[in-house]
Amino acid sequence: MDVSAASDVLPKDQLRAHPPLLPRLSEPEIMRHYSRLASLNYSISEQFYPLGSCTMKYNPVANEVAATLPGFTDLHPYQDEDSVQGALSLMWRLEQALCAVVGVERVTLQPAAGAHGEWTALRMIQAFHRSRGESRTEVLVPDSAHGTNPASAALSGFHVVEVKSGADGRISLADLESKLSPSVAALMLTNPNTLGLFEREILDVAEMVHATGAKLYYDGANLNAFMGICRPGDMGFDAVHMNLHKTFTTPHGGGGPGAGPVGVKADLVPFLPTPTVERLNGHLKLDFKRPQSIGRVRSFYGNFGMLVRAYTYILAMGGDGLTQASLDAVLSANYLRNEVKGVLDMPHDGACMHEFVASARNLAPHGIKALDVAKGLLERDFYAPTIYFPLVVPEAIMVEPTETESKATLDAFATAVKEIVKQAQEDPQALHDAPHGLPVGRLDEVATARKINAYLQGQSEEPVLRWKRAPQDPC
Amino acid sequence: MAERRYTKSHEWLTVDGKTATVGITDFAQSQLGDVVFLELPAAGRKLSVHESFGVVESVKAASDLYSPVAGRITSVNDKLAAHPELINSDPYGDGWILKVELAGELPADLLDEAAYKKVAEA
Amino acid sequence: MLAAIGVASMDELLVDIPRSLRLDSLALPAGLSEFETMAQVESLAARNRIFADRLTFRGGGVYRRFIPAAVAAVTSKPEFYTAYTPYQPEASQGTLQAIYEFQTLIAELTALDVANASMYDGATAVAEAAMMAHIHTGRNEVVVAGYLHPEYLEVLRAFAEGRGIKVRKGTEANAKTAAVIFQQPDFLGMLVDARGLTESAHKAGALSIACVDPISLAILAPPGEYGADIAAGEGQQLGLRPSYGGPHVGFIACSKELVRKLPGRLIGSSHDAAGRRGFVLTLTAREQHIRRERATSNICTNHSLCALAASVYMTYMGPDGMRQVAEVSFKRAHALADRLSKLPEWTMAFPDRQFLFEFPIRVPKGPALNRKLARKGILGGLDVHRWFRELKGIQTFTCTEVNDARALDELVEAVTS
Repeated sequence: MDVSAASDVLPKDQLRAHPPLLPRLSEPEIMRHYSRLASLNYSISEQFYPLGSCTMKYNPVANEVAATLPGFTDLHPYQDEDSVQGALSLMWRLEQALCAVVGVERVTLQPAAGAHGEWTALRMIQAFHRSRGESRTEVLVPDSAHGTNPASAALSGFHVVEVKSGADGRISLADLESKLSPSVAALMLTNPNTLGLFEREILDVAEMVHATGAKLYYDGANLNAFMGICRPGDMGFDAVHMNLHKTFTTPHGGGGPGAGPVGVKADLVPFLPTPTVERLNGHLKLDFKRPQSIGRVRSFYGNFGMLVRAYTYILAMGGDGLTQASLDAVLSANYLRNEVKGVLDMPHDGACMHEFVASARNLAPHGIKALDVAKGLLERDFYAPTIYFPLVVPEAIMVEPTETESKATLDAFATAVKEIVKQAQEDPQALHDAPHGLPVGRLDEVATARKINAYLQGQSEEPVLRWKRAPQDPC
Repeated sequence: MAERRYTKSHEWLTVDGKTATVGITDFAQSQLGDVVFLELPAAGRKLSVHESFGVVESVKAASDLYSPVAGRITSVNDKLAAHPELINSDPYGDGWILKVELAGELPADLLDEAAYKKVAEA
Repeated sequence: MLAAIGVASMDELLVDIPRSLRLDSLALPAGLSEFETMAQVESLAARNRIFADRLTFRGGGVYRRFIPAAVAAVTSKPEFYTAYTPYQPEASQGTLQAIYEFQTLIAELTALDVANASMYDGATAVAEAAMMAHIHTGRNEVVVAGYLHPEYLEVLRAFAEGRGIKVRKGTEANAKTAAVIFQQPDFLGMLVDARGLTESAHKAGALSIACVDPISLAILAPPGEYGADIAAGEGQQLGLRPSYGGPHVGFIACSKELVRKLPGRLIGSSHDAAGRRGFVLTLTAREQHIRRERATSNICTNHSLCALAASVYMTYMGPDGMRQVAEVSFKRAHALADRLSKLPEWTMAFPDRQFLFEFPIRVPKGPALNRKLARKGILGGLDVHRWFRELKGIQTFTCTEVNDARALDELVEAVTS
């Protein structure tokens, strides 16, 4: 059949005048380019990543095999439900498993990331209050919280009020009391908190919050601390957010994709995003008839490929395995904390949970900051821990080893930290110049930001945010 | 030039007749680090005391700027667009941010040099 | 290790947890061996029906495309897929450069100044673009012109509601309008007057947001050529499998004036003290972890690995490959439309409108037909009446380069049998 080309059929003003300047490369050139780029990266497959609050545990390769099965990858989201019973079943089973781990009634698997899940949870809480004719405009957030917490709250139209931490880094009940009121929609908490400490008074906190009719939101960044040991749902949390890319091993991919499911108690179930997965007589279906739902938070049903990976992990670990994972995570963190407490400042005494916060404050007399310690670790083939978070600890270094590291690795890390502290005392300049031996040294981020602003203001042709077209490129 | 006054939110001002010149303090710029960008209002805009009128941004932080006085903006330092680093190198001179035509008396909560020093050291 | 810490048992480390909260065990089955795990997962996969690429004629935002082997070869490198967010740039130059290249390629494709490091999906990209327009103009309304993907509209409404922004369907902008949003080609596959919609948006002081198909941009006028301010869309067609709807990759690009309002991550080029060129996350003071409650978006991530796949795809295909894919898809879709519309009771729903790779057609007894086709291993058209009441009896059919001529024969034979 003879069919005309687009350029013959479509009106000229609908057609592209100038072709896009994409590269013209052969496959060998392309493969070499990306292999070279890959070699410039640190990754969990190569290095230890003790990033506090990130739970950089090992990414099991079996999960990759599972996620790339054609029976999953080739499914069109608009296939008839009868033809995707396996996929719906996997989603349903994952939902059930997550309900069991965190102690909630239902879980939405739609959110694509942690921050996305957080916003989803706050929207559900808002919808709940509105359904009762209550206009609650405030959300309480601890001063030690991650920045996404207040950002997500503000984006749902809430006014954010900070609650102070006490001297031990735990939420101050007195300050909480003073800030609770009928205007408060929710208190957002992570437990253990961002200092790695379990909020001992959580049951009291929950009672106080519920007494005013507000909801309690759980930020699941630190869930790895207590799977199988205790459950956020039992503590009184009404909405429980989780990160599959943290606790449940889905790989970070250099920044994403991840998944941020949210579990809810009965009160919030009507407001879950649409559709949900329902099971009736062994048959699974998508339920779109949810009149009180907050609607959709993304297209289709969720980052399905990541759901497959997380489900495979949970299946392999089982209840006993997940419990052991958390126990080992807590043990590793305490062991490591004990090894380095002699050389770094520890803002809080006593045991930690799955992560601990140290401070480089004691190195200030030598002109060394947390950033320098981080760069020193990179130089020694360790990825650096989280630094400058939480904000309530100056020169913070937050370390989370996770359960998948051997004692030998932990010992090597502790040795590296001790070496760096020694170097801070004897040769601080070397630390300022770290890291040596990597593809690049410290980059001039200030110059980059200023150049971008010059470009944006039309003072320069240097785009800085993309490869520049060469003068000889056809335009 | 009258004596410099300060606010708790780390702005400074000097007054010449009915015009106040406003900027951020040396302490503020040292906390921010190298300034890369400022989001500033247009001349002509009216400001009330403590009203947020812009943002000063470094690589690691972004701080709101609060007006120490009430009045109308008569000019904005246009050198800052191309040279935001003036805030760091000369916060009290070439790094000035706004000139404001005063409406009414100066607020009572402005700090003198000694009082501001205490705030910065806290 | 317990001895090293100086405690006798784990309970001493867990002492802060109230006794009443302690579990005996999790209500989950015991763990399984890899062999048993994979057997279970494989049996779940086997309970799904998959349709061959060449016999798939359903689109609606997710499409079958040829994916070069190079894509999986690159994204399955552990140095890419197990890497963390590139906060420590010295240890992340691979990821940073790859995404810098993604930013470049998307900017080129859309003919706009700057693209970000990617978003979750097309729906959230469009919603965030609308939020950008709201913040930039200070106006509280967005207008959606024509057939925008219904799920994108739902997500837009969800985002807008949280910020008190009104979403109106229409074509005319007024003094309250922050942006006019349109999809090109639209959800039904048809071409819209992108230039006209952009001009009329600008006349009212509103921004023009184009939700675009990246493959179409190989032959269609890109947003930058007709003056649109923001381009947003779904990049699934650039090297990603359908995967039951995710993970895919959203993209967003804009003109210089709007760059500071861009959500998400941005990667810029930089230098170290020795003059070596490197790449780094930049303009981060815009983002949620610094602005906290004053951030314009809470997104603190991107779909990095998916953006990498898209970069490999665009690099592999090059301008000629992408043009070829678009041209072949165009021809196949038009050939199919021609043949189907000649069948009794089949009529093109909008015979006067141009389309690219997808077209709306009136189908007699659509649901029964799709069941018949499925029995023959064919995934037929998409029933769009489920979202649009005025489109009763209408389905959209899609053809891409993977539907060979013989596949079209098989479809028509199956329909007429």
